[in-house]
Formats: sequence, structure tokens, C-alpha cells
Amino acid sequence: MVNWIWLLMIVVSFVAAAVNGRMEAVTEAAFEGAKTGVTVSFGLISILVFWLGLMRIGEDAGLLRKLAQLLGPMVRLLFPDVPRDHPAMGYIMTNMSANILGLGNAATPMGIRAMQELQKLNPDPATATPAMCTLLALNTSSITLVPTTLIAIRMNFGSAHPAEIVGTTLIATAIATAAAILADRWYRSRKPPASMPKSDDPAAPAA
Amino acid sequence: MYDAVTLISVWAIPAIIVFIPLYAAFRRVPVYESFVDGAKGGFDTAIQIIPHLVGMMVAISMFRASGAMEAMVQLLEPLARWLGVPGEVLPLGALRPLTGAGSLAYTTELIQTHGPDSMIGRIASTIQGSTDTTLYVLTVYFGAIGIRRTRYALKVGLFSDLVGFVAAIAICLLVFGV
Repeated sequence: MVNWIWLLMIVVSFVAAAVNGRMEAVTEAAFEGAKTGVTVSFGLISILVFWLGLMRIGEDAGLLRKLAQLLGPMVRLLFPDVPRDHPAMGYIMTNMSANILGLGNAATPMGIRAMQELQKLNPDPATATPAMCTLLALNTSSITLVPTTLIAIRMNFGSAHPAEIVGTTLIATAIATAAAILADRWYRSRKPPASMPKSDDPAAPAA
Repeated sequence: MYDAVTLISVWAIPAIIVFIPLYAAFRRVPVYESFVDGAKGGFDTAIQIIPHLVGMMVAISMFRASGAMEAMVQLLEPLARWLGVPGEVLPLGALRPLTGAGSLAYTTELIQTHGPDSMIGRIASTIQGSTDTTLYVLTVYFGAIGIRRTRYALKVGLFSDLVGFVAAIAICLLVFGV
């Protein structure tokens, strides 16, 4: 599906550019986009280096295992195929906590670290396992307690109650996350287990 | 309540930065060595993401510059009116999963034009705040570990975006009255 969306965006852009007479702008935008991709990745370096270092201390001190034990039952339900003592569990926990607290720049490194641990359990490193898909689903619908950026913007434009959207946001994000978990469950139940991922991939319904 | 929450978000990170090494030191972990050891992997991870992110950003950037994004936005407005939803917010549903910066810019514009306390301003805020940028998260998380076949992950992400979008509109209409 990623392949199709990517192709579709490029083809539609080309056609739209032809219709609107914006060919030059699109050429420029392509290279500008490439530059943005590199800039964003470089921006991630400092964040990743710092948080991965800090989390290694936590791992060596046994903190992550503690956290995984403490909040384990719920996570085990969502990740039935990850062994309960696996380090991935600890990182999944820290990723989810960072998301909930709205610590955006900590959540990403934790999530990536959790993915790296899940990759160790993956028999086919180029294909996502169900556990990876579940973790991704939790992150795309990310539950956030306080949308700080939005509150700041609302204050900026003179809102009488900048924080009045906290409640509605919380309900919407909870519903979105529930939908993500349910959809993930549904796909999990109709796909073969992670131990034999190769068989179904090319045939996976792309549309 | 709001003050308490902002206080927590100000204190949380420094508290974590102090607590983890302190706790580890009590457990006799060589904290600095441990830090450097773990941090080493950060650079390679970031570099791994580059090809994935460049690919995505090129497509999105072209999509915006060609006028295709505006066309999509205009196409969606009459549909929204027909559904009885403020038309201006519907394009946000299409923008939100694709580009974090783009949808934030659009939300800011809506808040500026219609006022933060208008129905449109509230709905836009709720939509923008309630989900993350699905395409970006997928690109970065899977890119970092070299996953190319993403299976059903994108479909799940987009589905939950859609549900969240509809929920955000419904809740705002319900809570803030029509």
C-alpha cells in the first residue's frame, strides 16, 4: 500500500503540475523535499544519540525490566508474541509513557529502540511482524494527555479558554487508538503468525 | 488542572535525566560508560532513516507544489457542506496523516481566520491534537530498522486516522453545541 500511495502522489503531482503550468515549481519542490528529508534525519541524530545513551543506562540498571513488569499485563495483551522478559517490552513501555506525557522527542527514540528489539525476533528482517504493526498503530494514533502545541497556538490567537479542547482531544484520541487496536487485531487474526511471514506478503491485498 | 499539567511537562524531562543515572549509580552501573555505549547507535539509526524520509518528503513536497493538494482541499469542501459539517475542516482530515507541518499550518490558518473559540477552530484543534502524522511515523519507525514490506500497518494507521477524524467532529458538535 505504501508503494501505491507513493506512486499515486508522484503521478498526480505530475499531472496537476502539467494542468496548472507549475512544472518548474514541482522540479524545485522535488529537490527541496529531498533536502527536507535529510535535514529532518540529521535533526534526529542529536535526539537519538542522547536518548539511546540515557536509556542504555536505564537498561543496564535493570530499570526497563522493572517498568515492563510493573505495567506488563496490559502490554502483554497487546503483544502476545513477544516474550515477557524481552527487552522490547521495556522499550515499548517507555515509548507509550513518553507519548502519553506528550514528550514527543523522547517518544520517537524509544519507539525506534523498541522496533530494533522487535527486529531481533523477526525471522525476515525486510518484513514487518505483527508486533511491529501493533507498535506502529499505537504510535500513529498516539494517545496524548495534553496537546501543548495546540494550546499554545490557541493562546496566541487570544482564545478565552485555550485548554477547553483537552477533553475533546482526549476522547477523540482514545477512540482513534481503540480503532487502531481493533483494526490491528482484525488483521492479526486473518494473517498467518509471525513465524511464517514470507508466504503472504506479495499477495497481501494492496488496494 | 492545566497549570498542574504544564508543570509536569516542564519537570518530567529533567527529572528523568537525573533519576536514571542516579538510580543506576546506586546499582553500581558505570553510568558514563553505559551512556556512551548506548549513544553510539544513535548516529547509525538516524542515517538509516535518510533514504526512507527523502523518498516520502519528495513525494509530499511535489504534491504540494503542483497544486494537487489545493485541488484535493477544494474537492472536499462541497462534500463536507453536504454532510452538514463545517467545510473548512474536511481537508484537514486528508492533510493530517500526510504531513505534520502542512496540517499544522492549515490548522493555524483556520484558527486565525475563524477564531480559536469558533466551532471550526475547536474542531481543527481537536483533529490536529488527537493523532500523529501516520506517514511520517511509519517512515521513521520502519525506516530505522530497514523494514520495506510494511504489510497492513499503513491501512491500520489510516483507518484509525479516519475514525479519529469523525470522532473529533462528532464530539466537538456534541460538547460545544451546534
